[in-house]
Amino acid sequence: MIPARVDFRIIGDWIRPGSRVLDLGCGDGSLLAYLAESKGASGYGLEIDDAHVEECVRRGVNVIQTDLDAGLSEFDERSFDYVVLSLTLQAVRYPDRLLREMLRVGTEGIVTFPNFGHWRTRWQLGVLGRMPVSAALPHEWYNTPNIHLCTLLDFARLCEREQIEVLESQVVDHAHRPRLALRLLPNLLGEIALYRFRRARLP
Amino acid sequence: MKPIPPDSVGLVTPARLRFAKPLALASGGALADYEIVYETYGTLNAEASNAVLVCHALSGSHHVAGYHSADDKRPGWWEHHVGPGKSLDTRKFFVVACNNLGSCFGSTGPASINPATGRAYGPEFPMVTVGDWVASQARLADRLGIRKWAAVVGGSLGGMQALQWAIDYPDRVAHTVIIAAAPKLTAQNIAFNEVARQAILTDPDFHEGRFYDHATEPRRGLRIARMLGHITYLSDDIMREKFGRGLRGGKLNFDYQVAFEVESYLRHQADSFVGHFDANTYLLMTKALDYFDPAGAADGNLAAVLAPVKADTLVIAFTSDWRFAPARSREIVKALHDNDLNVSYAEITASHGHDAFLMRIPRYVDIFTAYMDRVYAGLTS
Repeated sequence: MIPARVDFRIIGDWIRPGSRVLDLGCGDGSLLAYLAESKGASGYGLEIDDAHVEECVRRGVNVIQTDLDAGLSEFDERSFDYVVLSLTLQAVRYPDRLLREMLRVGTEGIVTFPNFGHWRTRWQLGVLGRMPVSAALPHEWYNTPNIHLCTLLDFARLCEREQIEVLESQVVDHAHRPRLALRLLPNLLGEIALYRFRRARLP
Repeated sequence: MKPIPPDSVGLVTPARLRFAKPLALASGGALADYEIVYETYGTLNAEASNAVLVCHALSGSHHVAGYHSADDKRPGWWEHHVGPGKSLDTRKFFVVACNNLGSCFGSTGPASINPATGRAYGPEFPMVTVGDWVASQARLADRLGIRKWAAVVGGSLGGMQALQWAIDYPDRVAHTVIIAAAPKLTAQNIAFNEVARQAILTDPDFHEGRFYDHATEPRRGLRIARMLGHITYLSDDIMREKFGRGLRGGKLNFDYQVAFEVESYLRHQADSFVGHFDANTYLLMTKALDYFDPAGAADGNLAAVLAPVKADTLVIAFTSDWRFAPARSREIVKALHDNDLNVSYAEITASHGHDAFLMRIPRYVDIFTAYMDRVYAGLTS
């Protein structure tokens, strides 16, 4: 087996063995394949891209070709232990609605996204006056699929507003390495953020 | 004729088996004695584990691939997908295609002789359902020594048979591939079938289904039924693309002869259908479509009906198919994942309408092949 990406390992460490997982925007299915192998997880990936759908089928990952912006209405409440949204939150039309849908369909949600508050991003926009381009955000402003970028602070605020309780979070650099410095100044130094959360229990 | 392409199964000969044990039918009737015509391609392995059943649609037959003679102009109806190196790779799989009961291509049907009367069944041929077909296919599997199919696959009405297989014989199907199908017909869909049937039933040459005795057939009715069907199998886009408002003779004639290209096309389709398709079979096949509703027994709860299913499934739909739209395939997908079953779904962008399932569309070929490669890997691992 190929050594897993660090973000996969973090997600793998977060989920309980034998879990039911729904992966939104599952790409080539490598996360689900990794979770199936390392944690005995099962479930489905949702993906819109033709080539990715074929890759999923080739590797034996259950994939349903669909547009996330069309919602998750075909899934019943609480039908998954975890609903994962990996590096896709920033590309959907209504991130707030999708988070709500994730916590309707799943008991817990896991989200990863590129942190727009990273110092290099701030430097490019704040000092150079240009839209940021980086390893985590490789597109130019005119061809980027990323239409809803946010920082760690923004995401935390959205969670608060949506009564979402963050259970765990971590930041890594663009090579998905967790580093000590990142823990001290996550919103400045973290390039990719990972969150595990659930619907907050009302007092 | 042109030489047979190397990726074809080549020359094939249909086989025939007689079943003397009565087959009880959903209608309450039974077929006391019947024959099934079928073709096979490839070789059944020693464990009999590599068999794939291909189920045909409304006007299809057991002739799925290859040529019946060196002079054959056209290969079988799914030549694009069945053969060496194709999605259903005949170097790996033993592909079985049977002609359904009630058909007019060799298996016992309305034009066959009823042993009880000594004349053609005609209207006495009992109505058959998708479930009846699947039961008859299971008997064929028994005779061929196939305990469990590696996969049951089909498009349209054939996809419905694949779904029925998974429900009725959960231990005998490892995988199903359900293409351009639906868990049941909509009212609009039944309405199209009813118009087609009325065209046949009201043709003076129909003779209450006894037209064989009058050495005629309801050609007008069958032609109209086929024309109507064809309109619904194509999309608005593909008709615009293929015909537009193109004129056959370059100008309007101000009469009722063919003016537009699309009229010419429909008439040609109708002409080539009559003479090789039986009107009684058309009636039966459309009824089998209308009656198909496995969830009907559970107040429409498809997920409940699919609870016994064990097979893994690939569902494929085509964007421009409005007769069996992608949303209908998604109903099957949902009912399968509601049962935590392994299911994948691919929506192929294609302008061909419902007929896309018969076409060679690269993405369709790729996804189907990718899935069948997995099926085969599962056999050998």
